[in-house]
Amino acid sequence: MLHEEEIDHLTTVLYDLYGYDFNHYARASLKRRVSRLMTIDRIPSFAELLHKVKTQPSYLPQVVQGLTVNVTEMFRDPSVFKTIRELVLPVLATHPFIRIWHAGCSTGEEVYSMAILLEEANLLHRSLLYATDLNPFVIEHIRNGIFPMSQMKNYSENYIQSGGKKDFSSYYTAKYNWAKFDERLTARIIVSTHNLVSDRSFNEFQVIFCRNVLIYFDKELQDRVLTLFDESIDQLGFLVLGSKENIRFTSIAGNYTPFSIKDKIWRKTS
Amino acid sequence: MAENKLNLLRVVVVGGSAGSLETVLALVTALPARMKDAIILVLHRKNDSESILGNLMSNKTALPVREVEDKDEIRPGVIYIAPPDYHLLIENEYTFSLDSSEKVHFSRPSIDVTFESVAEVFRERAIGVLLSGANADGASGLLKIKAAGGLTIVQDPLSAEVGYMPQQAVDLGAAVWVLNESALVSNLKELLSA
Repeated sequence: MLHEEEIDHLTTVLYDLYGYDFNHYARASLKRRVSRLMTIDRIPSFAELLHKVKTQPSYLPQVVQGLTVNVTEMFRDPSVFKTIRELVLPVLATHPFIRIWHAGCSTGEEVYSMAILLEEANLLHRSLLYATDLNPFVIEHIRNGIFPMSQMKNYSENYIQSGGKKDFSSYYTAKYNWAKFDERLTARIIVSTHNLVSDRSFNEFQVIFCRNVLIYFDKELQDRVLTLFDESIDQLGFLVLGSKENIRFTSIAGNYTPFSIKDKIWRKTS
Repeated sequence: MAENKLNLLRVVVVGGSAGSLETVLALVTALPARMKDAIILVLHRKNDSESILGNLMSNKTALPVREVEDKDEIRPGVIYIAPPDYHLLIENEYTFSLDSSEKVHFSRPSIDVTFESVAEVFRERAIGVLLSGANADGASGLLKIKAAGGLTIVQDPLSAEVGYMPQQAVDLGAAVWVLNESALVSNLKELLSA
């Protein structure tokens, strides 16, 4: 079992040597990620992990990959996308130009889901989707628009539950075990690394998605990140969080009105 | 809440899979109307059945039943349900953290994940209960509760609807008590009424 001081030691080294700040990550899951990394990479002791991190910069990508959670899917929680389709898109349609930020979007399945919704509402040509994650290695996937074929049945079901009427396979070309999504979708997606812990606001958006990212942060960092979002959302813009995340008891709560409580969508009203 | 009260808080964490629902409901029904301890239920179930489970519980008890949201505080006298599709972890300051990382034993929530976390934070103030199931989840986490000085109760595999899961815990030596459903319910009721 890992000790608190060991986790402190590791986060200090990662910050001092490489600038990655895991200090305000939720401790219980961070601890689990560290043990898991050691098991997967067969590192027998914490001392050896620390030594490897300090002396082998080439190991860093694996550490960042291992300490962050990269589980996502297309149209995850389909009812959220149904609500966006039916109630949010009509609002977005009144804007001449639509900017959406998917913060901490990992491999980008959610970004493609949103691009498909915009395409079906005939809004994609005047939209830009900003896809960011701290991990430079996962966001390469977004640029390529290539996802495992094995997931397509599940995604297709989610798509239908979200109110999709088309044949989901019309959005991709199957090649061996991979599905490559339509270039028309990829063309509207801007991909960049962005670290929610240390980077600033970079634009103004009508919608910010940040789903199942805040759960990995402690309350102090959650508050800081929500403030960053607040500075980046247009008046009457939307904030979409994960199904068990909430802005209650945070410093930005007063500026937002619940738009769909069950789907965790808020609207900025002041 | 006063610090000293939190330091006395005990947590009963119940893990169940196939065939465990009736036992869970019997347990919830038997709970005292006021309770100094907190209950955490980690049940394997389909993703879309969330409100049904919460409603089922609420009909059986006057105690507040809450499906956990991220960073909720653990309070005495509340029955918490692990939300579907997340692992449920406990922070040192007695708040919940959720984690949507890889499944463990094909399960999210995984019983092992919560048992381990409860063992680390609550040590000898943890009571782990493992019920019916067809999965190997829960056994190794329960052993950690026992090793940390907590009490562990396993449903008698012969009396469980599906004996595989509790049997794994018994084989691992993770059980302090092995009890059939009615003994398990009455013993817990007595423990929690004290």
